[in-house]
Amino acid sequence: MGALERLPPLASLLLVAGAAGLLVGSLRSEVFAQLTVQGLALGGVYASLALALVLVYRATRVVNFAQGELAMATTYVAYQLIKWGLSYWEAFFATLAIAFVLGTVLELALVRPVQHRSVIAAVIVTVGLFILIDGVVNWIWGGDFKYMATPFGTKTYNLGGVSIARLYPGMLGVVLVSVVLVWALFRFTKLGLGMRAAALRPAESALVGVRVDRMLAIGWGLAAVLGAVAGLMAEPSQFFLDPTLMQPILVYAFAAAVLGGLESPAGAVVGGLAIGVSLNLVVQYVHSITSELQTPFAFAVLLVVLVLKPSGLFGHREVRRV
Amino acid sequence: MTRLLELEDVEARYGPVHALHGISLAVDEGSVVAVLGPNGAGKTTTLRAISGTVRRSGRIQFAGRPLTRIGPDGVARLGIAHVPEGRGTFSELTVWENLRLGAYTRRGSVQPELERVFTYFPWLSERRRQQAGTLSGGEQQMLALARAFVHRPRLLLLDEPSLGLAPVLVAELFRIVRDLNETEGLTVLVVEQNAHLALQAADVGYVLEAGRVALSGTTADLKADDSVRRSYLGY
Amino acid sequence: MRRRLPALVSLLAVCGVLAVLPFLLSDYNVSLAARVGIYFIAVLGLNVLTGYTGQISIGHGAFMAVGGYTTAVMSRDHHTSLILTMLLALAICFVLGLLVGLPALRLSGVYLALATFALAVSVPQLPLKWSKFLGGRDGVQTSRTVSHTWLYGAAWTASAILFVLAWLILRGRVGRAFRAVRDSEIAAVASGIELPVYKTLAFGISAAYAGVAGSLFVLATNGFAAPDEFGVVLSLQLLVGAAVAGLGSLWGVLAGAVFVGLLPTVSSSVPVIGSKHGRDVVFGAAVVLVMLLLPGGFAGLLARLRRFAGA
Repeated sequence: MGALERLPPLASLLLVAGAAGLLVGSLRSEVFAQLTVQGLALGGVYASLALALVLVYRATRVVNFAQGELAMATTYVAYQLIKWGLSYWEAFFATLAIAFVLGTVLELALVRPVQHRSVIAAVIVTVGLFILIDGVVNWIWGGDFKYMATPFGTKTYNLGGVSIARLYPGMLGVVLVSVVLVWALFRFTKLGLGMRAAALRPAESALVGVRVDRMLAIGWGLAAVLGAVAGLMAEPSQFFLDPTLMQPILVYAFAAAVLGGLESPAGAVVGGLAIGVSLNLVVQYVHSITSELQTPFAFAVLLVVLVLKPSGLFGHREVRRV
Repeated sequence: MTRLLELEDVEARYGPVHALHGISLAVDEGSVVAVLGPNGAGKTTTLRAISGTVRRSGRIQFAGRPLTRIGPDGVARLGIAHVPEGRGTFSELTVWENLRLGAYTRRGSVQPELERVFTYFPWLSERRRQQAGTLSGGEQQMLALARAFVHRPRLLLLDEPSLGLAPVLVAELFRIVRDLNETEGLTVLVVEQNAHLALQAADVGYVLEAGRVALSGTTADLKADDSVRRSYLGY
Repeated sequence: MRRRLPALVSLLAVCGVLAVLPFLLSDYNVSLAARVGIYFIAVLGLNVLTGYTGQISIGHGAFMAVGGYTTAVMSRDHHTSLILTMLLALAICFVLGLLVGLPALRLSGVYLALATFALAVSVPQLPLKWSKFLGGRDGVQTSRTVSHTWLYGAAWTASAILFVLAWLILRGRVGRAFRAVRDSEIAAVASGIELPVYKTLAFGISAAYAGVAGSLFVLATNGFAAPDEFGVVLSLQLLVGAAVAGLGSLWGVLAGAVFVGLLPTVSSSVPVIGSKHGRDVVFGAAVVLVMLLLPGGFAGLLARLRRFAGA
């Protein structure tokens, strides 16, 4: 994450046009405004998970298929903590801490041993992890729907005549705060600099004394925290908790991460928000795209983008060293 | 003068290929030692063996501590700064961030160290927000050196600093190195293809050939040696 | 020829065992063995793509879906002979694979993996949209069903034929071109190999194999093709199968097929954890363990054993 990522002109143009369109639409129609806000809130969740994927990919070059399931599992941990008597926010922060530890342990125990030998093997390990975590959660808590208290209540705000549930700005707010905090960590702290250096050039980083291995583990830990935030914010929007919570979200997060170019944190965040809003609006206004076609539609767009610009909208052309 | 670095019968290999077949050398604290030799002699590998970036065996002692089990980050923490071939600059990061990384192992405020470095390289101060990859080759080399100085190492390992640099810059670079050696007592081990420069700047020299030490001695002795003059100095 | 002898002998031994097996096993176990055969075909195809040309696909479940639905629809509407539908599935999926392989040329590594993942997620949703023709959520039923023994015979005969076919293809010029592509695309181009042709061809072949597997897969589930059968998990299982097999070798494929075809079913009988979840926990843990211990898959293990024995 650097201050130096320049937005490619095409992407900035699309962004500005999109934002303008959203603004105009929201001013003209209450439903449009509500859908936009809801879309941004959902998009925030996708963005958080997408950011986790990008973090992991930049650090260890592994696509973590289990990122969503990990997020789901940590949400169940929060659920359990609340059942045991903690308040929502106590459980929230405790879960983030647990997620961090879980993330670092996973990197140390499962990814590091295989990563050096074969990246494909590391990816398959994450696939196995996906299945394993799914099984464990189902085993411990069962597959039925669970009710989890939300911190946002059912209050609605009235903004210039449009009624917006407090839930959505709340979700977006929490996600934005987390993302900004992580950004600040990378941008302004020595640890963040070390992590960036370790991801960019591990050999040179070691020479200046950066413990590269430790940086990678911390990267996975932070990614798990971002995933936990995504899961905790996804739950209220779906009104109940069940093990399939994060599966569609993982799909959108992949789309967002790739759209952003897999190495661009900014791209992942913008991508997530864009996907959230677009999907919400498209399903409402384009009648041939019903809610079942949401996922295929998202991916049709993704595929078109990738074919036109294989390194993603925010990505840089990868120069292959011969 | 205390012996700061000692190598004894050090071997190193890249996979199945052996690059060093038993190197022994010593570096006294406060001195400048040059390592010369043709391409492929193992000069770069020797530095890599010290910093732990290549598989090595044999005895390597730094200030009385064995280095053989320690990896590059541990070596850096012990006070050895290695400026590798290709400079090891983080092109994607700014000049300031590169310098900040140089001081990674230092605790406490880095500001005084940076100020110190800026007295040697004043132009770096103006360019601190510039992306390191957009600097010229010579400037990147200076940045790499500056980064090593921020580290305040006990031992500086320099790999082919003159490579790709204009003569004026090379002279400047070696002047700064000698300066730091004399005023701050920085010990330097420099690998150089340019024998003239190296023998001028150093006190002691080692000549490597095919992974072994062929000759060693004070630079005065080496300059007077016939084979050295013929093979490396051109007269 | 002498070097090939052990390979030939083991091949004949395997064929012999397979021929005799249905007479020795219970009907249920025959159906399990048939499933292994189906996975064998699919993993074989995927191995050609990923193991030999290095293009990662997490979308071959989609091709299986196409093959499966071809069989179901042709049988339901035209009462076509099942074998014929399988051949049709082979042809259709080959063409489809070529069509997918073309845009895939622009994508590399991870991006290709994610794009094919998109395919795996999206294609099974399509029958929901065109429910009149493709049966929607309720699926499509073939006009006749088959016995487990028939399935076993079909699956393993097809496996044998397709294995020999793969072996022939990979042995010759095409195979060398494939391997060159995997090892270094740049070097391959430099030696005059037309990348697009071979990379697309690999996609076509692997898709065709998946199509046949898909046909048999539908027949294995009582001739019933439904979206739920072809979810993302199937594509993930195929990739796991190929990785466990060991990319780039035909011999490990049998082990990979057994791993993916049998292990989930076998692990449902794990006592402590309870049937469905036990299956996932054990299978997931097994995948993780195998990859940690054998990153080169079973083929890697075989290679090590061979070196150990022959050295």
